Amino acid sequence: MALLQISEPGQSTNPHEHRLAAGIDLGTTNSLIASVKSGLAETLPDEQGNHSLPSVVRYCENEIIVGEAAKLAAADDPLNTISSVKRYMGRGLNDIKELGGRRPYEFADGDSAVPRIHTVAGDVSPVEVSSEILKSLKERAEASLGGTLSGVVITVPAYFDDAQRQATKDAGKLAGLNVLRLLNEPTAAAVAYGLDKQAEGVIAVYDLGGGTFDISILRLNKGVFEVMATAGDTALGGDDFDYAIAKWIMDEAGIHDDTSHHQMRRLMRDACAAKEALTSADVAALNIELDNGTSWHGELTRELFNQLISPLIQKTLLPCRRALRDAGVDTTEVQSVVMVGGSTRVPHVRDKVAAFFQQQPLTDINPDTVVAMGAAIQADILAGNKADGDLLLLDVIPLSLGLETMGGLVEKVISRNTTIPVARAQDFTTFKDGQTAMSIHALQGERELVSDCRSLGRFALHGIPPMVAGAARIRVTFQVDADGLLSVTAREETTGVESGIEVKPSYGLTDTEIETMLRDSIEHAEDDVASRMLREQQVEAERVLEALEAALADDGDLLSAAERNEIELVAKKLIELSKGSDVRAIKDGISALDKSATEFVARRMDGNIKKALAGHNVNEF
Amino acid sequence: MAITLTDTAAERVKAFLDNRGKGIGLRLGIKTSGCSGMAYVLEFIDEISEGDQVFETHGLKIIVDAKSLLYIDGTELDYGKEGLNEGFQFNNPNVKDQCGCGESFTV
Repeated sequence: MALLQISEPGQSTNPHEHRLAAGIDLGTTNSLIASVKSGLAETLPDEQGNHSLPSVVRYCENEIIVGEAAKLAAADDPLNTISSVKRYMGRGLNDIKELGGRRPYEFADGDSAVPRIHTVAGDVSPVEVSSEILKSLKERAEASLGGTLSGVVITVPAYFDDAQRQATKDAGKLAGLNVLRLLNEPTAAAVAYGLDKQAEGVIAVYDLGGGTFDISILRLNKGVFEVMATAGDTALGGDDFDYAIAKWIMDEAGIHDDTSHHQMRRLMRDACAAKEALTSADVAALNIELDNGTSWHGELTRELFNQLISPLIQKTLLPCRRALRDAGVDTTEVQSVVMVGGSTRVPHVRDKVAAFFQQQPLTDINPDTVVAMGAAIQADILAGNKADGDLLLLDVIPLSLGLETMGGLVEKVISRNTTIPVARAQDFTTFKDGQTAMSIHALQGERELVSDCRSLGRFALHGIPPMVAGAARIRVTFQVDADGLLSVTAREETTGVESGIEVKPSYGLTDTEIETMLRDSIEHAEDDVASRMLREQQVEAERVLEALEAALADDGDLLSAAERNEIELVAKKLIELSKGSDVRAIKDGISALDKSATEFVARRMDGNIKKALAGHNVNEF
Repeated sequence: MAITLTDTAAERVKAFLDNRGKGIGLRLGIKTSGCSGMAYVLEFIDEISEGDQVFETHGLKIIVDAKSLLYIDGTELDYGKEGLNEGFQFNNPNVKDQCGCGESFTV
């Protein structure tokens, strides 16, 4: 007998055609899958009743183990057991080397920019490792929903760049999933609370997990969630709370720093248990077995616990302040604060966050599963199980996209915070006479100079017909799809030759780098404008000089030696000036050259007209 | 003529309706499709149409249209589990034959 779920009015499907959809929170430490059943979003457990799947994959010679069993084997088989692979998604080997001095796995050497981890089952890429986690979740969901998944929504951190998003999407495809779209984690949390039903407002999402802290400021406007700012700390979380308690126990019980690993692990476990007990109790009893066979008994009050973790919570409030400042909003403008991550269960965290934002944060939904539930709700809508009227979420691009123009300047084509999907075209032209090719260099960032932005990719457009500089019309189109992935095409309008790339860059940015890029663009705004003006004048000077040179080569005979000498002298001076950094001087130099060449230009004009008129009579024109 | 709910089913329906935040009850029905002729319809209901029969049970409104009632009269709606999967089940005394999966049936 089939098991049925309740549909929305009029949305009943035919037998065997159920549109089963799920939301996946693909986490660094743990992953979850959720689905909407009879209108209710729920995370789906495995056969043992566990909802969260440790994001750990162990490669054996003949099989691949995912989850708890793999996690348990991590200590025995560290090189073949891969955890926290999310940190490597969409990164190049060089980025990974920079992530930390010590790399836990053996990375295979190769000329490919995609890093591959060496295991007994062969070399695997981070995308492949992630796809194993996704496959495991997919199997669980299909057993639980009694059918094949028609589509999923996978969440990613708001600061994930194009490369990291593309890698996540690829992992989904590799796992045999139809990825309906990717959704920002803070946005998913807001959706789970139904905040997308409001017309507009500013929402803060405070996400304190086991090992990372993220704060996102979102603005909701006409159904569009815009990530206004993100900040965080990639090495701060609930594990640090445990460590603070363990440290206190060590001081109290007289355990030294150089104690055995075994003792340390036990301590951390007891500390974690005490922390969890203190969520509801005022006092937690501690019974610590010591290595020497004796044991230590103590009590940790909530008050003392609060004191221990206070500095850590304080550390999360700094990024909060920074994110608000970056977003340009005041705490009073924040309408709702959403709590995500298991560590937000700690009452003192809630109190401090409430005090900071001057309002009670939303904590009704399980903070461990809230992101997956939001993703499930989106997936349900995207799969077509909801009647009209449920708005689709839209996202915005986090950093501006543009291309390199002469002089190492960046021309922004799509500015940051534009809602996606979006396509923008801009016309460019050739710089030199007879130029037949153009190199297109796509960039991401807020700064004015290429050297300060992030390179996304390059390609060349060939086959431009030879024309004088500035005559060709090359239309460059930037298109960003609903997942924030970019494709750039260039087309020469007269001949229709076309060329393009899909940007799947292999080098990623960390959240702190994005933050730095954004902050730099503000801090360096004045410098940037100055350097842009300078480069523009330098490029202009170069252009004028080149035109002059060409003219002198063609029609130099129109000038007397003295006249030519004078022009060349002014030109020489401009060459010297354009090497310097005095914008005004270069500008004046260009005007001076223009002036000294006026007569020459006029004679050339006359000459050309005479040439053109020769042999014709007036009636022909 | 009657449609009944088991206690478990009633409890689940109540929970789902509360979660949805709107709706006057649950629609049970059939539509002609599927591999064995007819398929069940199970939907939230926001408005009652003409010809709908309303059954009150467990404090819930169960709505069935007149035509469907011919085929599902006497049905008991249950909520069950099969491995990881769980959902509603129609215990329909009118069914003569059903497809292997039980999603569609003939009377």
